[in-house]
Amino acid sequence: MTFKANEPFIFYSSLQLVELTGVKAASLAELAGHIRAIGASSIYHHTHQFVRQHLYLSPEPPNDFAYWVSDVLGDERFGEALSAIDIMAYPSIGSIREALISTIERALGERPRLKNLTAPEGEEFDFLKSISFIFPTDYKAHTLGEFSDCLRLVSLDSIYFHMFEARLRLERPTNDFSNWLATSLGEEGLAVNIARIDPYTQTGEGIRATILRILERRIKALADIHSTAQE
Amino acid sequence: MVKLEEYEPIAGKGVIGEIRLLAERLKGRSVQHINSTAVGGGVAEILNRMVPLLRECGVDARWDVIKGGEQFFNATKKIHNALHGADEEISGDMWDIFWETGKRNSEEIPCASDIVFVHDPQPIAMVNQKDGRRNKWIWRCHIDISHAQERVFDALRGQIIRYDAAVFSAPSFARTLPLRQFLIAPSLDPLSDKNKDLPRNVVEEVLAAYGIKSDKPIVTQVSRFDRLKDPVGVINAYRKVKRYMDCQLILAGGTAADDPESVEVFEQVKRQAEGDPDIHVLLMPQNDIHVNAIQRASAVILQKSVREGFGLTVTEALWKEKPVVASAVGGIPAQIRHKHHGLLCHSVDGAALAIKQILQNPEYARRLGENGKEHVRRNFLLTRHLKDYLLLFLSLYETEDMVYL
Repeated sequence: MTFKANEPFIFYSSLQLVELTGVKAASLAELAGHIRAIGASSIYHHTHQFVRQHLYLSPEPPNDFAYWVSDVLGDERFGEALSAIDIMAYPSIGSIREALISTIERALGERPRLKNLTAPEGEEFDFLKSISFIFPTDYKAHTLGEFSDCLRLVSLDSIYFHMFEARLRLERPTNDFSNWLATSLGEEGLAVNIARIDPYTQTGEGIRATILRILERRIKALADIHSTAQE
Repeated sequence: MVKLEEYEPIAGKGVIGEIRLLAERLKGRSVQHINSTAVGGGVAEILNRMVPLLRECGVDARWDVIKGGEQFFNATKKIHNALHGADEEISGDMWDIFWETGKRNSEEIPCASDIVFVHDPQPIAMVNQKDGRRNKWIWRCHIDISHAQERVFDALRGQIIRYDAAVFSAPSFARTLPLRQFLIAPSLDPLSDKNKDLPRNVVEEVLAAYGIKSDKPIVTQVSRFDRLKDPVGVINAYRKVKRYMDCQLILAGGTAADDPESVEVFEQVKRQAEGDPDIHVLLMPQNDIHVNAIQRASAVILQKSVREGFGLTVTEALWKEKPVVASAVGGIPAQIRHKHHGLLCHSVDGAALAIKQILQNPEYARRLGENGKEHVRRNFLLTRHLKDYLLLFLSLYETEDMVYL
């Protein structure tokens, strides 16, 4: 039997326009100072926009802060530390901000040489921010099968919106897919498995394929249970 | 006239659908572009494609061109150069002509559209009309003003800050200004003669027309003959590579009739190249198919500029799946993530090292080329540009960072 949710899952998508803040950093101390003061949309931009821009690249390039430290300031060791910050582990932009600041401040304390690094003129870190325009798509699902069918067809922007933009910018407790599967279909196990996917270390199509694999396994298991019950 | 649907096989169905959806939200709004020339130059090239596409989507778009005499355009050229950082002397008379012509144009071209989109400094005084109207005004700056001569920028500042928003092509181009500033990169048109796919035989014919054989890997820089493009540095880098790898160099570009220095640079480059039959210095007339063919025939494309605007020649090379070695200046770092889409360099030695790495590692070169093309497909095509303009228009009526359409 196919369980049908009362409330369908409506797939949304979002498009970004980039706004310049005029804030620049030439050193790590300046970078930490600006990360502390800048708006949440800027932190989101520099830890997420690169994923959308480069979602076909494997392995994924590092976030903007890590890239700047490695390739402009020339300290790959500290660049690696910034790129290894586990964004999945943080529930909000505020906590990502704190993680960035504490990583930079700890490194400045442990390795005083880092204080001397400055960017060449014209290669300062430019703080940008993302303006998101959110809109519903034509895709809607009431059942697990419909959900899987829609997921094959929606844009990668839609998947990114539900996987991390909704969680971090709209401050929802988990990604939208897991939330609907658990609350509307009672699929807690599926919800947990999807929430465990790390979208920062695979391509956009890789994320889609991983979610589809998890869904298909569950759909097959439900079909097997159904046919056994009929026998 | 190219239709939006013709971009669907290249940009993807989803992108075209998003453009139509955004345009739907702008239905009933009118947009008026204003610039200083209907033909020639990158701005006119973009508007020639953009305005018909906006209309096709249902946006009431129009395009007006300001008028000015020779003295006005002499003044605007000097202002343009000074904003780029050149040491130009702009006399009081020149400023008088600039402002008088701006005032006259402002009186002759009514800007009653909902959104007035003014391109570059030449028509900047059109904003004089803003006070009596309730519409939105955007100043689109296509040039890098990060090293602008302060006194020239200050003379324009009073006008710039009257706009509702400004748009720049790269983060480093922007200034601290008391108005919203947006980042919108330029784009290339994948259906244009300069960027469309070419059959192999056309590429061979073009090489033959210039007397170039494809028996050795070709390293190319396509740029006008200008010291800021460092053509002599390109030859020096090639010579360092040539010691270890047999290859040939093409330096292709034009000189400008109104720029005596470009002729001088061309002659200097010819002298530097003397005695090496593998260096081809090509003075090319404006021929987009030839540029396209030479880029496609190349094993590596170089852009060793000392200063650069956005660097659309880099975008063109990436689109053709070519490994690119380019200076980390202007808009180039916004297009190339080092070691992902190409290699960035800061010197002749760095450029030579990067060329050798590419020529000696065909698999690495292929991967850079593939990544580069995909990067352009997602971020630097005309369709992305159109989408960004539609988002920009919508943003003029919003103040939040999260907008529900």
